[in-house]
Amino acid sequence: MLNEIAHFSLNVALGFAVFGTIIPLLGATLGRSSWMQLAPILSMLQFLLVAFAFGVLTVAFVRSDFSLRVVVSNSHTLKPMLYKIAGVWGNHEGSLLLWVLILTLFAACAAFFGKTLPQSLLARVLGVQSSITAAFLAFVLFTSNPFTRVEFPPFNGQGLNPLLQDPGLAFHPPFLYLGYVGLSITFSFAIAALLEGKVDAAWGRWVRPWTLAAWIFLTIGIGLGSWWAYYELGWGGFWFWDPVENASFMPWLISAALLHSAIVVEKRDALKAWTILLAILAFGFSLIGTFIVRSGVLTSVHAFANDPERGVFILMILGVFFGGALFLFALRASAMDSKGVFATVSRESALIANNLLLAISCFVVFVGTVWPLVAELLMDRKLSVGPPFFNIAFTPFIVALAVILPIGSTLPWKRAKRTHLSRLWPVGIFCLACVGLTWTMQTGRSLIGPVGLGLGVWLVMGVLIELYQRTGRDVGKWKRLKRLPLADWGKATAHAGLGITIFGVAGITAWQVEDIRVMEIGDSATISGFTVTLDNVEDLRGPNYLTTMADIELSRNGSFLANLHPERRYYPVAEMPTTEAGIDSGLWRDVYVVVGDAQPEGGYAVRTFIKPLANWIWTGAIIMALGGLLSLFDRRYRVGSVATRRDIKEVDA
Amino acid sequence: MRGLKKQRRVQVIALALICLAGATALIGFALRDGINLFRSPTQVVEQVPSPGEIFRLGGLVADGSISTGKGVQFFFDITDGANTVAVKYVGNDLPPDLFEEGQGTIATGRFKDGLFEATELLAKHDESYMPKEVIDALKEQGIYQEPTGS
Repeated sequence: MLNEIAHFSLNVALGFAVFGTIIPLLGATLGRSSWMQLAPILSMLQFLLVAFAFGVLTVAFVRSDFSLRVVVSNSHTLKPMLYKIAGVWGNHEGSLLLWVLILTLFAACAAFFGKTLPQSLLARVLGVQSSITAAFLAFVLFTSNPFTRVEFPPFNGQGLNPLLQDPGLAFHPPFLYLGYVGLSITFSFAIAALLEGKVDAAWGRWVRPWTLAAWIFLTIGIGLGSWWAYYELGWGGFWFWDPVENASFMPWLISAALLHSAIVVEKRDALKAWTILLAILAFGFSLIGTFIVRSGVLTSVHAFANDPERGVFILMILGVFFGGALFLFALRASAMDSKGVFATVSRESALIANNLLLAISCFVVFVGTVWPLVAELLMDRKLSVGPPFFNIAFTPFIVALAVILPIGSTLPWKRAKRTHLSRLWPVGIFCLACVGLTWTMQTGRSLIGPVGLGLGVWLVMGVLIELYQRTGRDVGKWKRLKRLPLADWGKATAHAGLGITIFGVAGITAWQVEDIRVMEIGDSATISGFTVTLDNVEDLRGPNYLTTMADIELSRNGSFLANLHPERRYYPVAEMPTTEAGIDSGLWRDVYVVVGDAQPEGGYAVRTFIKPLANWIWTGAIIMALGGLLSLFDRRYRVGSVATRRDIKEVDA
Repeated sequence: MRGLKKQRRVQVIALALICLAGATALIGFALRDGINLFRSPTQVVEQVPSPGEIFRLGGLVADGSISTGKGVQFFFDITDGANTVAVKYVGNDLPPDLFEEGQGTIATGRFKDGLFEATELLAKHDESYMPKEVIDALKEQGIYQEPTGS
């Protein structure tokens, strides 16, 4: 019964979404205040209805209600509770419902926090957002209904892909979707601004928090996904340039560019048309990503079981929203006349360079991702684009970006003098010295290590120098540092996080050591100073799997470090084996051990990696997200809003 | 003021063009090394690729063909129904979890003296997933079966 009500409420939500598109947009065009006032209510209603449906689906998964087809194909009574819940979004239908839920959540948030927005702008934003919701709700209801019933419910389900039964992956999709879909609200803001024909500093200030929030979630989501791939897939890579990974990376690059250009709009009243275009592109790439993941046009290890009909539907959504938005942009962009002027060497110019580099690197990733498709359609050749392509074509732009970052962020707005950069000279020389030193120490290996290391140091030191500069020349430096706006702290933190990630990527790429050998029980091997001893291998039973677990002792120079337990698991329900790596994490290196099948002549294949600086990659990502969060809480996004001020008074009393 | 804005615009466009040209050059250069063609066993048999070329060979792992070699090395055959190519796995990684006889796989490597030396194997990651290239290759030979059930 509950399932039917939920299905019905989705239909009602679709109705509200259609109304929520037409009435506010018409109202804003005709200037009817009473029509525009309906927008927030309609958005809230859509959110409540979709949230209800999502709640019911979650309950169905928790209770293992096998009358629903999605539950049958993706759950099992033996599955641990966490993964029953994660199973809700571990499949096509449920994850799409999560998409819609987040779309409406952002609309509801915009309605809630947007009380101080001009009425017509808010109505248009919510109207555009409702139209996206309507399109995706139609997609859910017509092609991928999660509430499809099974006529004869089976006694048990078919389980969930065991690779997905992992805490890292349980939370990866919700974060990723919050990021992906969060960009929809910036898109709505951009379209609304085009409809209004007005972009000003206030618009920049309203858009930035939403972009920031989406970017933070995207950063966390990508970080979680990469971390999961590292420890779960059993070959210790952190990034594979797989089409689906690229699908999440492209919106990240564009939203990072958007974050920076929105600052220019807000503070300097320039780059308006470009910022609008970026907002459209960011969500456009989210839609392209969804298309790539769901349609199965590209071969990827992540693909959902796919269906051409769905691909066509998403392609239509993509065509209508992306194409329509670009058309509108072409019509209206000339109205976005920027007033701010600036010198050739200024922070504005540096931010333009940042935007160009991010956009170009996104373009490179895009070409690499769709090239197989282009080649097949135009040249009838089947091919794949591998990591070497991206390493050659993508890396130079990121290196350039990292090189200009500390310079650009210390430059003042409008115009800069050479003295502004004087403090960076010693840092630059120090970094070059670092590069030279590591280069000589690691003779004969690739340049990636030294260069990455130098860039990491350059970024982090650059941040420190900038903070030092901000304290000024007078006494009471600490006080001034403490009084710096949160946005500045956020900027410093995020930039340092990028440095740390680059540091980690360089370390793991350049200095990884790997070893594979057959070991009998009791054998030991020494790999660059670390001694690995295979103590024991036993067969055990987990909650819903069988496992062959090895007991491996790790030591260095005779002193004990850790006991590692790499496993080969077998999930009988899904008839799938998985590999669980044994990892000893450290600040400077991870030791990563994987055990293989038993060999016919006795013993086990044991694979050992020494991965320098592995954890720095994800630590850097977390620090970047934290920087975004700090920036999000900056005072300027709260002041000037009447509603919030009243709240503060209440707290004081 | 107008002149300054125009000058800025020209500079930005010039910079963008330089970046774009650089990107295009890099992409063109990288596409020569970074791409691997996909071939089905039939295509390999019909037109033998040069021994230096790294390409991807896809099809089904032939039934009863997996035989173990030394360490992680092993032998198997990839078939598309019409033709079969013998493969020696010489990679360093352990074979993927779902590598089994009768399953679809894509192997990356080079073809030398009638033997495909694979350095990398891709197998499906969930029960109902089969690489698109493999599906097409099987369809061409008319032996592809739609997966049954959901």
